[in-house]
Amino acid sequence: MTDSQREISKKEASTPEGVERTRPHKVYTPNVDILERTDEIVVTADLPGVDEKSLDITLEKNVLTINGRVETEVPEPFRMAYSEYGIGDYLRAFTLSDEVDKERIHATMKNGVLRLVMPKAVAAKTRKIMVTADA
Amino acid sequence: MLSTDFGRFGLLDPWRTIERLNQAASGMLAQSPSEFPSVNVWADGNKAVITSELPGIDAEKVDILVNGKSITLRGSRKSEDACEGECYHRRERWHGQFARTIDLPFLIDTEKVEARFNKGVLHLTVPRAEADKPRKIAVKFD
Repeated sequence: MTDSQREISKKEASTPEGVERTRPHKVYTPNVDILERTDEIVVTADLPGVDEKSLDITLEKNVLTINGRVETEVPEPFRMAYSEYGIGDYLRAFTLSDEVDKERIHATMKNGVLRLVMPKAVAAKTRKIMVTADA
Repeated sequence: MLSTDFGRFGLLDPWRTIERLNQAASGMLAQSPSEFPSVNVWADGNKAVITSELPGIDAEKVDILVNGKSITLRGSRKSEDACEGECYHRRERWHGQFARTIDLPFLIDTEKVEARFNKGVLHLTVPRAEADKPRKIAVKFD
Protein backbone atom coordinates (compact mmCIF):
# COMPACT_ATOMS: atom_id res chain seq x y z
CA MET A 1 0.00 0.00 0.00
CA THR A 2 1.48 3.34 -1.02
CA ASP A 3 1.24 6.56 0.98
CA SER A 4 -1.35 8.09 -1.31
CA GLN A 5 -3.64 5.10 -0.81
CA ARG A 6 -3.31 5.25 2.93
CA GLU A 7 -4.36 8.89 2.87
CA ILE A 8 -7.59 8.33 1.02
CA SER A 9 -8.88 5.26 2.85
CA LYS A 10 -11.07 5.94 5.85
CA LYS A 11 -9.58 5.64 9.29
CA GLU A 12 -11.59 4.36 12.19
CA ALA A 13 -11.67 6.61 15.25
CA SER A 14 -10.11 5.22 18.40
CA THR A 15 -11.90 4.75 21.70
CA PRO A 16 -10.30 4.76 25.14
CA GLU A 17 -9.42 1.26 26.26
CA GLY A 18 -12.28 -0.66 27.83
CA VAL A 19 -14.86 1.88 26.73
CA GLU A 20 -17.54 1.05 24.20
CA ARG A 21 -19.78 3.23 22.15
CA THR A 22 -23.51 3.07 22.73
CA ARG A 23 -24.41 2.96 19.07
CA PRO A 24 -23.19 -0.07 17.17
CA HIS A 25 -22.08 2.00 14.15
CA LYS A 26 -18.53 2.33 13.09
CA VAL A 27 -16.97 5.70 13.81
CA TYR A 28 -14.42 7.25 11.51
CA THR A 29 -11.89 10.03 11.86
CA PRO A 30 -12.60 12.67 9.24
CA ASN A 31 -9.71 14.04 7.22
CA VAL A 32 -9.07 17.69 7.99
CA ASP A 33 -7.08 20.61 6.72
CA ILE A 34 -6.11 23.18 9.32
CA LEU A 35 -4.53 26.40 8.28
CA GLU A 36 -3.61 29.51 10.12
CA ARG A 37 -3.79 33.03 8.80
CA THR A 38 -2.83 36.21 10.56
CA ASP A 39 -6.28 36.75 12.05
CA GLU A 40 -8.02 33.36 11.90
CA ILE A 41 -7.66 29.60 12.00
CA VAL A 42 -9.64 27.64 9.41
CA VAL A 43 -10.57 23.98 9.87
CA THR A 44 -11.95 22.14 6.84
CA ALA A 45 -13.24 18.58 7.33
CA ASP A 46 -14.54 15.99 4.88
CA LEU A 47 -17.79 14.60 6.27
CA PRO A 48 -19.58 12.86 3.40
CA GLY A 49 -23.14 11.91 4.34
CA VAL A 50 -23.43 14.59 7.02
CA ASP A 51 -25.50 17.76 6.70
CA GLU A 52 -25.99 20.74 8.99
CA LYS A 53 -28.79 18.95 10.88
CA SER A 54 -26.81 15.82 11.71
CA LEU A 55 -23.67 17.64 12.79
CA ASP A 56 -22.81 18.60 16.37
CA ILE A 57 -19.95 20.90 17.13
CA THR A 58 -19.27 21.48 20.78
CA LEU A 59 -16.70 23.53 22.56
CA GLU A 60 -15.99 22.67 26.14
CA LYS A 61 -12.96 23.85 28.02
CA ASN A 62 -10.88 24.48 24.93
CA VAL A 63 -11.78 21.11 23.40
CA LEU A 64 -13.55 21.44 20.09
CA THR A 65 -15.45 18.27 19.16
CA ILE A 66 -16.84 17.57 15.71
CA ASN A 67 -19.45 14.82 15.72
CA GLY A 68 -21.29 13.95 12.52
CA ARG A 69 -24.00 11.31 12.36
CA VAL A 70 -24.52 9.41 9.13
CA GLU A 71 -27.79 7.65 8.40
CA THR A 72 -26.99 4.24 6.98
CA GLU A 73 -28.92 4.12 3.80
CA VAL A 74 -29.49 0.65 2.43
CA PRO A 75 -31.25 0.84 -0.91
CA GLU A 76 -33.98 -1.80 -0.62
CA PRO A 77 -34.32 -4.48 -1.94
CA PHE A 78 -30.73 -4.53 -3.03
CA ARG A 79 -28.00 -6.50 -1.36
CA MET A 80 -24.43 -5.36 -1.10
CA ALA A 81 -22.39 -6.79 -3.95
CA TYR A 82 -19.09 -5.04 -3.44
CA SER A 83 -17.78 -2.73 -0.75
CA GLU A 84 -14.69 -0.57 -0.65
CA TYR A 85 -15.58 1.88 2.08
CA GLY A 86 -17.41 1.62 5.35
CA ILE A 87 -20.29 3.83 6.40
CA GLY A 88 -20.34 5.28 9.87
CA ASP A 89 -20.35 8.37 12.01
CA TYR A 90 -17.51 10.86 12.26
CA LEU A 91 -15.79 12.02 15.40
CA ARG A 92 -12.76 14.15 15.96
CA ALA A 93 -11.65 16.50 18.71
CA PHE A 94 -9.05 19.24 18.82
CA THR A 95 -7.63 21.24 21.67
CA LEU A 96 -7.72 24.94 20.99
CA SER A 97 -5.37 27.45 22.41
CA ASP A 98 -6.59 30.57 24.20
CA GLU A 99 -5.91 32.68 21.16
CA VAL A 100 -9.21 31.66 19.52
CA ASP A 101 -12.12 34.02 20.05
CA LYS A 102 -14.68 31.38 21.06
CA GLU A 103 -17.68 33.67 20.69
CA ARG A 104 -17.10 34.29 17.02
CA ILE A 105 -16.49 30.75 15.70
CA HIS A 106 -18.39 30.35 12.47
CA ALA A 107 -19.29 27.01 10.89
CA THR A 108 -20.70 26.27 7.45
CA MET A 109 -21.52 22.98 5.77
CA LYS A 110 -21.63 22.41 2.03
CA ASN A 111 -21.63 19.19 0.00
CA GLY A 112 -20.40 17.17 2.94
CA VAL A 113 -17.55 19.52 3.78
CA LEU A 114 -17.44 21.44 7.05
CA ARG A 115 -15.65 24.76 7.19
CA LEU A 116 -14.97 26.18 10.62
CA VAL A 117 -13.58 29.68 10.80
CA MET A 118 -12.13 30.56 14.17
CA PRO A 119 -11.09 34.19 14.46
CA LYS A 120 -8.18 34.88 16.73
CA ALA A 121 -8.81 36.98 19.80
CA VAL A 122 -7.68 40.55 19.33
CA ALA A 123 -5.02 40.34 22.00
CA ALA A 124 -3.54 37.22 20.43
CA LYS A 125 -3.04 38.61 16.96
CA THR A 126 0.55 38.59 15.99
CA ARG A 127 2.27 41.89 16.46
CA LYS A 128 5.20 42.47 14.29
CA ILE A 129 8.02 44.25 15.96
CA MET A 130 9.87 46.60 13.75
CA VAL A 131 13.59 46.43 13.92
CA THR A 132 15.40 49.62 13.20
CA ALA A 133 19.04 49.93 12.46
CA ASP A 134 20.99 51.77 15.08
CA ALA A 135 23.11 54.32 13.36
CA MET B 1 20.01 -15.93 1.86
CA LEU B 2 18.61 -19.39 1.93
CA SER B 3 16.37 -18.84 -1.05
CA THR B 4 19.24 -17.93 -3.37
CA ASP B 5 21.11 -21.07 -2.29
CA PHE B 6 18.19 -23.17 -3.41
CA GLY B 7 17.94 -21.20 -6.61
CA ARG B 8 21.57 -21.75 -7.42
CA PHE B 9 21.12 -25.48 -7.39
CA GLY B 10 18.13 -25.24 -9.65
CA LEU B 11 15.89 -26.90 -7.09
CA LEU B 12 12.30 -26.05 -6.37
CA ASP B 13 12.53 -23.02 -4.12
CA PRO B 14 10.27 -23.54 -1.10
CA TRP B 15 10.63 -19.92 0.08
CA ARG B 16 9.48 -18.55 -3.19
CA THR B 17 6.52 -20.90 -3.18
CA ILE B 18 5.50 -19.67 0.28
CA GLU B 19 5.91 -16.07 -0.82
CA ARG B 20 3.75 -16.67 -3.84
CA LEU B 21 1.04 -18.31 -1.74
CA ASN B 22 1.15 -15.36 0.68
CA GLN B 23 0.74 -12.90 -2.14
CA ALA B 24 -2.20 -14.81 -3.52
CA ALA B 25 -3.86 -14.91 -0.10
CA SER B 26 -3.33 -11.22 0.64
CA GLY B 27 -4.70 -10.32 -2.77
CA MET B 28 -7.93 -12.10 -1.95
CA LEU B 29 -8.25 -10.47 1.44
CA ALA B 30 -7.33 -6.96 0.35
CA GLN B 31 -9.74 -4.60 2.06
CA SER B 32 -8.08 -1.38 1.05
CA PRO B 33 -9.23 0.22 -2.16
CA SER B 34 -6.61 0.34 -4.86
CA GLU B 35 -8.43 2.96 -6.86
CA PHE B 36 -9.99 6.31 -6.12
CA PRO B 37 -12.74 7.18 -5.40
CA SER B 38 -13.89 4.20 -3.35
CA VAL B 39 -17.25 2.79 -4.34
CA ASN B 40 -19.88 0.57 -2.81
CA VAL B 41 -22.09 -1.43 -5.13
CA TRP B 42 -25.51 -2.80 -4.27
CA ALA B 43 -27.25 -5.03 -6.76
CA ASP B 44 -30.18 -7.19 -7.57
CA GLY B 45 -30.66 -9.02 -10.84
CA ASN B 46 -31.80 -6.07 -12.91
CA LYS B 47 -30.30 -3.03 -11.31
CA ALA B 48 -27.23 -1.81 -9.50
CA VAL B 49 -26.79 1.09 -7.12
CA ILE B 50 -23.31 2.56 -6.93
CA THR B 51 -22.42 4.97 -4.16
CA SER B 52 -19.27 6.97 -3.73
CA GLU B 53 -18.16 9.56 -1.22
CA LEU B 54 -17.09 12.72 -3.01
CA PRO B 55 -17.30 15.53 -0.47
CA GLY B 56 -16.75 19.10 -1.57
CA ILE B 57 -17.55 18.56 -5.23
CA ASP B 58 -20.44 20.28 -6.99
CA ALA B 59 -22.91 17.92 -8.63
CA GLU B 60 -22.43 19.45 -12.07
CA LYS B 61 -18.70 18.99 -11.88
CA VAL B 62 -18.84 15.19 -11.82
CA ASP B 63 -18.75 13.65 -15.29
CA ILE B 64 -20.50 10.32 -15.58
CA LEU B 65 -19.90 8.39 -18.78
CA VAL B 66 -21.69 5.17 -19.59
CA ASN B 67 -20.43 2.79 -22.22
CA GLY B 68 -21.66 -0.78 -22.67
CA LYS B 69 -21.02 -2.55 -19.37
CA SER B 70 -18.87 0.09 -17.77
CA ILE B 71 -19.49 3.40 -16.09
CA THR B 72 -16.82 6.07 -15.59
CA LEU B 73 -16.74 8.76 -12.93
CA ARG B 74 -14.51 11.72 -13.54
CA GLY B 75 -13.99 14.95 -11.68
CA SER B 76 -11.62 17.03 -9.67
CA ARG B 77 -11.39 18.91 -6.42
CA LYS B 78 -9.24 21.93 -5.78
CA SER B 79 -7.95 23.02 -2.44
CA GLU B 80 -9.97 26.13 -1.70
CA ASP B 81 -7.93 27.83 0.94
CA ALA B 82 -4.72 28.83 -0.66
CA CYS B 83 -2.19 30.33 1.64
CA GLU B 84 1.40 31.23 1.21
CA GLY B 85 4.24 30.03 3.30
CA GLU B 86 4.02 27.45 6.04
CA CYS B 87 0.58 28.19 7.32
CA TYR B 88 -0.82 24.64 7.26
CA HIS B 89 -1.09 22.89 10.60
CA ARG B 90 -2.55 19.79 8.96
CA ARG B 91 -3.17 18.82 5.39
CA GLU B 92 -5.01 15.52 5.17
CA ARG B 93 -7.74 16.12 2.62
CA TRP B 94 -7.24 14.98 -0.93
CA HIS B 95 -7.34 17.24 -3.92
CA GLY B 96 -6.68 16.75 -7.58
CA GLN B 97 -8.29 14.89 -10.43
CA PHE B 98 -9.83 11.46 -10.35
CA ALA B 99 -11.20 9.00 -12.87
CA ARG B 100 -12.67 5.64 -12.03
CA THR B 101 -14.25 3.05 -14.27
CA ILE B 102 -16.52 0.43 -12.78
CA ASP B 103 -17.35 -2.66 -14.80
CA LEU B 104 -20.75 -4.17 -14.17
CA PRO B 105 -21.72 -7.73 -15.04
CA PHE B 106 -24.52 -6.58 -17.38
CA LEU B 107 -25.21 -4.18 -20.25
CA ILE B 108 -26.39 -0.81 -18.99
CA ASP B 109 -29.58 0.88 -20.14
CA THR B 110 -27.82 4.18 -20.84
CA GLU B 111 -31.06 6.18 -21.08
CA LYS B 112 -32.23 5.24 -17.61
CA VAL B 113 -29.13 5.82 -15.52
CA GLU B 114 -29.96 8.16 -12.65
CA ALA B 115 -27.47 10.13 -10.64
CA ARG B 116 -28.18 11.86 -7.34
CA PHE B 117 -25.70 13.87 -5.36
CA ASN B 118 -26.53 14.54 -1.76
CA LYS B 119 -24.42 15.64 1.20
CA GLY B 120 -21.23 14.81 -0.66
CA VAL B 121 -22.32 11.27 -1.52
CA LEU B 122 -23.00 10.27 -5.11
CA HIS B 123 -25.78 7.72 -5.73
CA LEU B 124 -25.98 6.15 -9.16
CA THR B 125 -28.88 3.93 -10.12
CA VAL B 126 -27.86 1.80 -13.07
CA PRO B 127 -30.54 -0.38 -14.67
CA ARG B 128 -29.83 -3.37 -16.84
CA ALA B 129 -30.66 -3.04 -20.53
CA GLU B 130 -33.86 -4.82 -21.61
CA ALA B 131 -32.00 -6.68 -24.35
CA ASP B 132 -29.56 -8.06 -21.80
CA LYS B 133 -32.16 -9.44 -19.39
CA PRO B 134 -32.70 -13.17 -19.37
CA ARG B 135 -35.74 -14.32 -21.29
CA LYS B 136 -37.96 -17.16 -20.42
CA ILE B 137 -38.57 -19.50 -23.27
CA ALA B 138 -41.81 -21.40 -23.33
CA VAL B 139 -41.53 -25.01 -24.33
CA LYS B 140 -44.04 -26.04 -26.94
CA PHE B 141 -45.44 -29.51 -27.31
CA ASP B 142 -45.87 -30.97 -30.76
